[in-house]
Amino acid sequence: MNEGIVISDITKSYGKTKALDGVSFSVNEGELFGLIGPDGAGKSTLFKILATLLLPDAGRAFMTGLNVVDDYRKLRTEIGYMPEKFSLYQDLTVKENLEFFASLFGVSVSENFDLIAPIYKQLEQFPNRLAGNLSGGMKQKLALSCALIHRPKVLLLDEPTTGVDAVSRSEFWDMLSDLRKHGITILVSTSYMDEAKLCERIAMINNGHILAVNTPEKLAESIGETLYNASADDMFRLLTELRGIPGVQECYTFGATLHIVAKKDFSPGSTIEILRNKGLKNVKIYPAQATIEDLFIKLMQNDQQ
Amino acid sequence: MISSEVVISVKDLTKKFGNFTAVDHISFDVRKGEIFGFLGANGAGKTTAMRMLCGLSFPTSGDGRVDGYDIITQSEEVKKHIGYMSQKFSLYENLTVAENIRLFCTIYGMSNKEIKEQSTRLYSYLDMEGMEKKLVKDIPVGWKQKLAFSVATMHNPAVVFLDEPTGGVDPITRRKFWELIYEVSSKGVTVFVTTHYLDEAEYCDRISIMVDGQIAALNSPEGLKQEFHAETMDEVFRKVASQAKRTE
Repeated sequence: MNEGIVISDITKSYGKTKALDGVSFSVNEGELFGLIGPDGAGKSTLFKILATLLLPDAGRAFMTGLNVVDDYRKLRTEIGYMPEKFSLYQDLTVKENLEFFASLFGVSVSENFDLIAPIYKQLEQFPNRLAGNLSGGMKQKLALSCALIHRPKVLLLDEPTTGVDAVSRSEFWDMLSDLRKHGITILVSTSYMDEAKLCERIAMINNGHILAVNTPEKLAESIGETLYNASADDMFRLLTELRGIPGVQECYTFGATLHIVAKKDFSPGSTIEILRNKGLKNVKIYPAQATIEDLFIKLMQNDQQ
Repeated sequence: MISSEVVISVKDLTKKFGNFTAVDHISFDVRKGEIFGFLGANGAGKTTAMRMLCGLSFPTSGDGRVDGYDIITQSEEVKKHIGYMSQKFSLYENLTVAENIRLFCTIYGMSNKEIKEQSTRLYSYLDMEGMEKKLVKDIPVGWKQKLAFSVATMHNPAVVFLDEPTGGVDPITRRKFWELIYEVSSKGVTVFVTTHYLDEAEYCDRISIMVDGQIAALNSPEGLKQEFHAETMDEVFRKVASQAKRTE
């Protein structure tokens, strides 16, 4: 039996809307696994089912070998869940929140303090501040401490980095990789594609179904397309012009450059020539490495067709 | 198209809450048609600054003008000449597409005749004919964004403020949204936008990065990368934001 997470053919509808449509994947014990997809893809519904707060219409799921429906009471003591919306009591202090969560699980803060020490350290300077008066980054650290205080075997983190700035996001991911030392299985969801590379394996989800599961490296390699970067002085004009060129299958913005998904007959040299003749200046086209985001765009398009 | 005409002008703008200086003497100009990225870490003072520019909160000291109107003495005029949209809130989910359009038209003081013309124009421009009676919560996210953006710009504002307009949105819809931004900016509308996606910072004409209530960096994306010896905007942001001393 997999001691991590096993999800098998889970389906859940809200009225006519299918939130989850036959979702299956497994997370190994001790693995840091990412569930990547946009808002509305079904991530939170899946988390609620795993956290035993919502029943699936069909399918089964196990964590640490326990069934999320039949064994929910026992399971609840073995998992830590940090929901998307802030889960703390705003009118309790930092210290009171932590003690409250510890008491719910019948543990003392001191016995498991080693687990949360690196995270809680930054909060220790204001133990008596109300949780409601903490900044976003600090709330997130306290919520994570509270989700960990009973030393769970599985940690479920639903979009912990949404709306958080880039610096606080990378701090959060550093904390997660530290937690792996303790052998905790972590399932974390995000809508930021660039966070995929911080996970051991990821599942991509859209419209209630899984598009792909693998390591971020293998997924990026699997795209099976030739990609180019393109840039010029007028980027928006470059985008519209490139979309009219027959060898270009797709062209979309990608940070400082555009990405071109090339057809077989695409020639960078002659394309640069055509664009120059149209009056574009400083045109550059050169090979690009595919990323998770490129793959997601491709799989989403296939999915919609 | 960016012209030399200044649409937002801010001088020593400051906002204090008790002892806490949320916005600390910021000064900058934004020109007509410019896409101005307003970046900063959580708690750096972005939202407070933006609220003052929208006429929703008054500065403790300093001055600001938006489309020629004083943000202190003419805040009601400011509100009429701007558009606002955020990912979290911009349309009423439990109203239909038509009801949302009608509501916002009425808020902008349009006559019944104008509302009818505007609605017809929007349905055809957005390819939404036949969707008028759908509840906003039932339409796909891409449509919702296009509609929200169109509603925020239909009264021809001089400036549109976009507060994290693409948070949590899928990579295709996010990109389509930026194409809408380019489109209105090419028509001379100034776009003032905040985002946590640093690839989107690259699409702005100029970027300001707030740290501890002050503007710590302001330049074009290219200029910032040179100034901070960085390859990407992500790197620039990390370098600038790490100067922060304020812990809370």
